Amino acid sequence: MFKYILKRVGLSILILVAVSLIIYFLVRLMPLDFVASNAGMNSEPETLDKIREQLGLQDNSFFGIIKGYFKWIGNLFEFENGYITLGRLFGNEKPVSQVIVQGLPTSFVVAFVATIFEFLIAIPLGITAATHQYSVRDYVITVLVMVGISLPSFFFGNVFKAVFAELLGWFPTSGATDASQSTTGIIGILSNFKYYVLPIFTITILSLGGRMRMTRTNMLEVLNSDYIRTARAKGLKESKVIYKHAFRNTLIPLVTTLAGLIPSLFSGAIITEKIFGLDGIGTTALTLTNTGNIPFIMGYNMFLAVLSILGILLSDIMYAIVDPRVKLE
Amino acid sequence: MTEEIKNEILPSNEELNENNDISSAAVAEEVPLDKNIKLMSPTRMVVRRFFRSKLSVIGLIMVVGLFVFSFIGPYVYHLFVPATDVLGSGYKSNVSIENFDEWYKNLKSRGWQQDEKDESGKWEYTPSDYTITVDGEEIVIQQLLHRHEKDSALSKPSATHPLGTDKSGYDVLSRLMYGGRVSLIVSFLAVAIITVLGIIAGGLAGYFGGVIDNIIMRICDILMCLPGIPILLIVGVLLNGWISEGYAFITGETRIYFLMIFISCISWPGTARLVRGQILSLREQEYMVAAEAMGYSTFRKIFKHLIPNVMPQLIVQMTLGLGSMIIYESTLSYLGFGVKAPNTAWGTILNLFEEANGFEIAMANPLIWVPAGLCIVIAVLGFNFVGDGLRDALDPKSRR
Repeated sequence: MFKYILKRVGLSILILVAVSLIIYFLVRLMPLDFVASNAGMNSEPETLDKIREQLGLQDNSFFGIIKGYFKWIGNLFEFENGYITLGRLFGNEKPVSQVIVQGLPTSFVVAFVATIFEFLIAIPLGITAATHQYSVRDYVITVLVMVGISLPSFFFGNVFKAVFAELLGWFPTSGATDASQSTTGIIGILSNFKYYVLPIFTITILSLGGRMRMTRTNMLEVLNSDYIRTARAKGLKESKVIYKHAFRNTLIPLVTTLAGLIPSLFSGAIITEKIFGLDGIGTTALTLTNTGNIPFIMGYNMFLAVLSILGILLSDIMYAIVDPRVKLE
Repeated sequence: MTEEIKNEILPSNEELNENNDISSAAVAEEVPLDKNIKLMSPTRMVVRRFFRSKLSVIGLIMVVGLFVFSFIGPYVYHLFVPATDVLGSGYKSNVSIENFDEWYKNLKSRGWQQDEKDESGKWEYTPSDYTITVDGEEIVIQQLLHRHEKDSALSKPSATHPLGTDKSGYDVLSRLMYGGRVSLIVSFLAVAIITVLGIIAGGLAGYFGGVIDNIIMRICDILMCLPGIPILLIVGVLLNGWISEGYAFITGETRIYFLMIFISCISWPGTARLVRGQILSLREQEYMVAAEAMGYSTFRKIFKHLIPNVMPQLIVQMTLGLGSMIIYESTLSYLGFGVKAPNTAWGTILNLFEEANGFEIAMANPLIWVPAGLCIVIAVLGFNFVGDGLRDALDPKSRR
C-alpha cells in the first residue's frame, strides 16, 4: 500500500510537470503584452523590461519560453512570512498564494453547503426511485433530475436570480462584497448568509442529478442480488431490507466518491460566482485570466490540477479501504 | 389463426410472444416452425426496445424538433418575414424627403412599425436641406436625416416579430434559429473529433498494450488533469489576442470552431479509456484468434473486428457527449469567448446578462433570453434522453 502510494505520488509529480508545461506554453502564446497592460499607466519602459526579465517573458521563441518556464518554477518557491508565494501578480506584486487563499473561504462554504444538500436530497431520491423502479414516482424523479443535469449554470443561475431576487425580492440580487461587511472569512460569510442562499441552491440543483442517478443505479444492482431475495424470503420488513441490507452496500461507491469531491469543493464555481457577485476564487480567476495575469493563471490552474490529482489518488485509496476485496498494486 | 390468439393473450410483450410462438407451433403442427417464429435482427430488437421507452421517444422528438427548427425553420420563417429584415436592422442613415413616404411605406410593409420605433426611443429626425447644382440650376433637396442607433430595438412581440426584437434590433425568433445552427453544428463537430481521436488512441492502446498502452494512458492522465473551464478561458483570451493581431482565419465568426476543436483535443481521454477497456476484453475472444489465423493486417483487426464491437457503447457516449458539448459551447458564448454579434448562438443571446445594464434589460424583456435558455435545455435534455434510451436498448441484459 505504502509503496503504491509512493509510486502514484511520483507519477503525479511527472503529470503535474507536463500539465504545467502545456498551460505555460498556452499562456505564453497569448500575443498581447500583458506586462504593460497590468503594470499600470505610469510605469517606465525600463521597469517593464525589468519585470519581463525577472519573469522570463522577454523572449517569445521556443527556448525563450522554456527558459521562462524555469524562471516561473524558480519564482514559485519564494517565501514570505513563512508562506510559499507561488509567484507574484503583475501590477500589485501580491503573492499568488495569498490571492487564491483570499477567495477560498467563499468558494469553499458555497461548495460545501451545496454538497451537503446534494447528498441529503439526492440519496433519498435515488433510493425511492430504485425501490419503485418503473413507477410514476421513478419517472418523475428521473425526469426532474435529468432536467437539473441539463440546465446550463448561466441560464439557471440567472433565472433564479430574476425570480427570487428581482421579482420576489426574497434575497439580495448580488454582491456579498459590497454589503457593509466588516468581518471577513468564515464568520463574515455566516453573518451575510442571505447572499449565499441562491448560489448554494443553484449549485445543489445542478449537481443533484449525477448523485441521484448513481445512487439509483447502485441501489438497483444491490436490490437484484441474491441476498436481498433471501432477506425478503426470511420475512423481514421491507424497510429493514432496504435500509439495513441494501443501502449499506450502496455506500461503497458513495464513500469513494467523497474523495473525488475535493476538486469541486475548492476550485470555485466561476459562472455561479460571477452571476451572484460573490468574490470567490472563481470570480478572481475570471478577471485575472481576462487581463492575462500570467503568474496567477499558472498558479490557479496548477492549484486545480493538484486538487484533481489528489482527488483521483484519494478516491482510489478510499476504494481500497472501504472495499476489502480491492487490492492496490 | 395462432397469430390472433397469441395477440389476444399477450398483446404487448414481444419477448414473451416468441416463447409463446414455440409452444403454439408445437400444438398446431401443420404450420412450419420457422414461419411461426418472428426472427428479429439485433438491430431491430434495439430499435424496438428504444422506441418502447417513452422518454427516449420524447428525447428524439426534442432533438429532431430542434434540428428542424434551426435548419428548416429559417426558410419557412422567411416566407413571412424577408431575410434582410430579419438579419439586418434596416438601418438607413439618410432618406431624401421626396421619396420618404414611399420609403416609409415600404419600410412599414416590411414589418417595421412606427410603434416599435417609438418604443425604443432611439429615433431622431433632423431636417437638413442641401442644394446641388444641376445644369446651372440650383435644386434644393429637402431631406430628413433620421438618426438612430438601431431600428426598433427591444420591441414588444408583434405579428412580424413573434418574440420581439433584441437590444440591437434583431428579430429574436430568427436569431434563435440561426443560433441553433451554430450550437448544433459545433457540438457535432466536437463530438466527431473526440470520437475519432478516442477510437484511434484507445484502439492502439488496447490492442498493443505494453509500452504503447502506457504512453497513451499517461497522455490521458495528463489531459484529464487539465482544468476544463479555466483552460478554455486561457484559450479564449489567446484567440482574442490572435483576432486583434489580425490573423486571416481566426475571426469572431470562426473563433468558436477553434475553441471547440481545442476542447475536443483535450477531452478524448474518456472515449479512449472506454474503447481501450472494451478492446482489452474483446481481443482475448475466439473470433480474434480466427482473425489472427486468417492473417489479417493489424489495421484490419483493430478497425474492422474490434472497433465495431465497441460501437454500441461508443454511440451512447457520443450522444451523451453532444449534450455536454452544447453546454460547453453555450457557456463559452455566454462568457463572450464564443460566437460574437452579429453572428449568434444560443449562449451568445444570453450574453446579454454580461453587458452593462444587461440584467435590467433582461428583466424587462424576458422573451429575448428565456427562449434561448430553453432551447439549450431542450437540446441537452433531448440528447440525454436519447443517450439513456440507447444505453438501455443496447444492453443485452435489459428485458424491458
